[in-house]
Amino acid sequence: MNRRTFLAAAGVMFVEFPSFGQVPGSPSMKALDSWVAIGADGTVTAYSGKEELGQGIFTAQAQLVAEELCVPFAKVNLITCDTALTPDQAHTSGSQSHPANFNHGNLALACATAREALIRLASAKLGVPVSELSAVNGEVRSASKKIGYGELLGGQKFNLTLDPNAKRRDPKTWTVLGKPIPRTDIPDIVTGRFEFVQNVRVPGMLHGRVVRPPSPGAKLASVDGTSISGMPGVVKIVTKKDFVGVVAEKPWQAIQAAQKLKVNWTPGPALPPFAGFADHLKKQQPTRDTRLLDSGDVDQKLASAATVMKGNYYHPYQMHGSVGGSCAVADVQGDKATIWSGTQGVWYQKSACATLLGLKPADVHVIFRRGSGCYGLNGADTVTYDAAVMSQAVGKPVRVQLSRADEMAWENFGHAYALEERVGLDAQGNIIAWDHESWSPTLGNRPGPSTPGNVVTGTLLGYAPEPFVPRSPSPAAGAFNNNSNGIPSYAGAGCGNVKSVRVLVHNVRSAFFTGPLRSPARLQNTFAHECFMDEIAARLKADPLEYRLRHLSFFRLRDALTEVAKAANWQKRPSPNPKRPKTGMAPGRGIAVVAYEGDNGYAALVAEIEVDLATGRIVTKRIVVSNDSGPISNPDGMKNQIEGGALQGLSRALGEEVTWDETKVTSVHWGNYRSLTLGMQTPVIESVLINRPEEEACGSGETSITLIQAAIGNAIFDATGARLREAPFTPARVLAAIKASS
Amino acid sequence: MSAITLKVNGQTHQVDIDPATPLLYALSDDLGLRGPKFGCGLGQCGACTVIVRGEAIRSCVIPVASVAGVEITTLEGIGTPEHPHPLQAAIIELQAAQCGYCMSGVILSAKALLDKKPKAQKPEIERALQGILCRCFTNARIVKAIEKVRSTGEGK
Repeated sequence: MNRRTFLAAAGVMFVEFPSFGQVPGSPSMKALDSWVAIGADGTVTAYSGKEELGQGIFTAQAQLVAEELCVPFAKVNLITCDTALTPDQAHTSGSQSHPANFNHGNLALACATAREALIRLASAKLGVPVSELSAVNGEVRSASKKIGYGELLGGQKFNLTLDPNAKRRDPKTWTVLGKPIPRTDIPDIVTGRFEFVQNVRVPGMLHGRVVRPPSPGAKLASVDGTSISGMPGVVKIVTKKDFVGVVAEKPWQAIQAAQKLKVNWTPGPALPPFAGFADHLKKQQPTRDTRLLDSGDVDQKLASAATVMKGNYYHPYQMHGSVGGSCAVADVQGDKATIWSGTQGVWYQKSACATLLGLKPADVHVIFRRGSGCYGLNGADTVTYDAAVMSQAVGKPVRVQLSRADEMAWENFGHAYALEERVGLDAQGNIIAWDHESWSPTLGNRPGPSTPGNVVTGTLLGYAPEPFVPRSPSPAAGAFNNNSNGIPSYAGAGCGNVKSVRVLVHNVRSAFFTGPLRSPARLQNTFAHECFMDEIAARLKADPLEYRLRHLSFFRLRDALTEVAKAANWQKRPSPNPKRPKTGMAPGRGIAVVAYEGDNGYAALVAEIEVDLATGRIVTKRIVVSNDSGPISNPDGMKNQIEGGALQGLSRALGEEVTWDETKVTSVHWGNYRSLTLGMQTPVIESVLINRPEEEACGSGETSITLIQAAIGNAIFDATGARLREAPFTPARVLAAIKASS
Repeated sequence: MSAITLKVNGQTHQVDIDPATPLLYALSDDLGLRGPKFGCGLGQCGACTVIVRGEAIRSCVIPVASVAGVEITTLEGIGTPEHPHPLQAAIIELQAAQCGYCMSGVILSAKALLDKKPKAQKPEIERALQGILCRCFTNARIVKAIEKVRSTGEGK
């Protein structure tokens, strides 16, 4: 049993990505016909519940189908995430598409099962033993005979179940999978032909605009419909509990009417203080406590340690900040609904929309259409509810696209985190105990059939978010659970050799909706672990790379580190740089490493930066990333994910932070939620791909983003001797830290 | 409402529309074009970019009446999958897109720059992209794709 299988068997739960189980009525996951269909003319159609969000998985899945079924890549017709057609594979999230569909189950196994079944059929039809047949180019061939897939099945179904013993094709023989096949969607995208969900147009379609409350928790008091009477194109004001929206014939008419509509709200409770939010989090009661790991001897080891070190870190709420306003189109006619949505979970939208609309789930059809990149739970789900409710109210198809402010003020933010690290060192500087404690606010999550209130529209419609259930003290730690990299990679139970480890997580109530944002909690935990590791190395005047290797035992993580160090030409010396300048631009380098989710990708990153000592501005010059995600399915797609993840993480590390005042979120456009743009001085990014065909397929969409913030923090320290423990690393914070350290 | 003449990608259209409506809505809803997209409505992100009088402008903040009768170029106006513009071809070749929602801003801002300055250097390219947001952060490939077109002189 390999590591990943072991962890899965131990019952690892990805709490950030709740699985609600199979939605009743979804196609059987075990039936081959749920995954693959061969037409009488030989056309191959594959069905997948993992969708393209810009990460390249559509093309990679088509490669997988072509490879395993032995058909030309161009002949594969792939259909994803349509509740009338495709299997229910829960969400497309959490770097789970590659492991789910490229290992020994689901789509990969279905294609292998289908290939073997076709060979058996050919054997019977041609009178040739299976051992003398092979599948090539959509045909089964022997030395002298051949027959096409279409002829073999004659347009019939397979009527087989997935065969767990079906053999995957040997990676050494791959001709399509593992190759840098260009994405099939990009030509249409760059020429304006591609249909995003924002481009869906349905005959007779109207346009809806939501009127959100002025502040979290505000309740609807009254709506004065006369305030917009006579405005052109207005069809209806839709109110339901605390939900308010306007439907009009044209989008601009809906926007104007929604702006002008007089709505009275009863204010919500005061928001927590923005300044000093980290300390506020730690004081919150009640808490929900989870002890992830406890060797039971941490206090004793800390008491006996030669040195004890502590470090407190803070990461703010951040946004998905999709560049396009989230959008959906719903057509609710009587007791039937058709919905076009950019959601990451069509099946949960089907059941949740049925709840909201009072329809049977079987009568709700949800079709995925790509929105702009979501990076997790952006506004795609909530806007789908907006469209569904307004369409039902007018009995016509309604399109809703959120305004920039409605998107930014009400999305489910990535979690803020306050983190405390403490280690005990022996006389030789080895870590003998690691104590990690964190506080993170939570409200809502991905919405499901019984929890539409996990996003703002559901709450406005009267559904409560999933309940916050206090629990303190935590029950004893159960089976090993990496839980979002809460456990440092250096723990003996992880990839390292530190035997005494205690990890305690406190969830507290959030005033704002929260939800998974690319590398949820993994980024925050890794920021603290990897910066703190650097703090320890610096204290001991040890090289940060060497000090990490000293505490790591698992070869894949060690290899990721040594490979990145080699590619980056890492010079062994302690940080900070002894030759650092006192003025001008100070160069620095930083390193970080992670076993993503404990076993879902192994990566390391080196960042080379310059700090402008006069302004505190960071200029990133070069980023080098090593990444081992098992067998590589498409090297160029993997690189694209690594590059984008590194820079998205850089933007989050340097400037992104949700802000608020006494009553409302104040970062509601790109002028006050600071993202890097395409005009930034783009650093050189180099990727070292570590291919391991013999291992399980892992994720690679969230590895580099998990590492960059820690590596930049470490590089700032290397350049200046100033340690940044609070993100984002704005020029003001960098200057203050430099001042405090000198 | 009033009848307004729009000249888009070489074709003339009459639309009956409130003259204050931002151009974007006329293009995407009255004409059904998929290239220009709503991102912010504030001229901050570039997803709605079109070319008017040689300039890459933000169609989400320009009243439709102000460009009546003026030639407007959108993403679909400069090339097709079969015959892509060199910038579109370079993006395809370098796989310089992830979700791709930002492509109107990327490609049309680069086109407006290279039409005026065929030999624009990297800092000028970055300056032209200053107000364009790609939240997938495909920056490195995008800049490389534009530089590739610049160096071959095929930008027009």
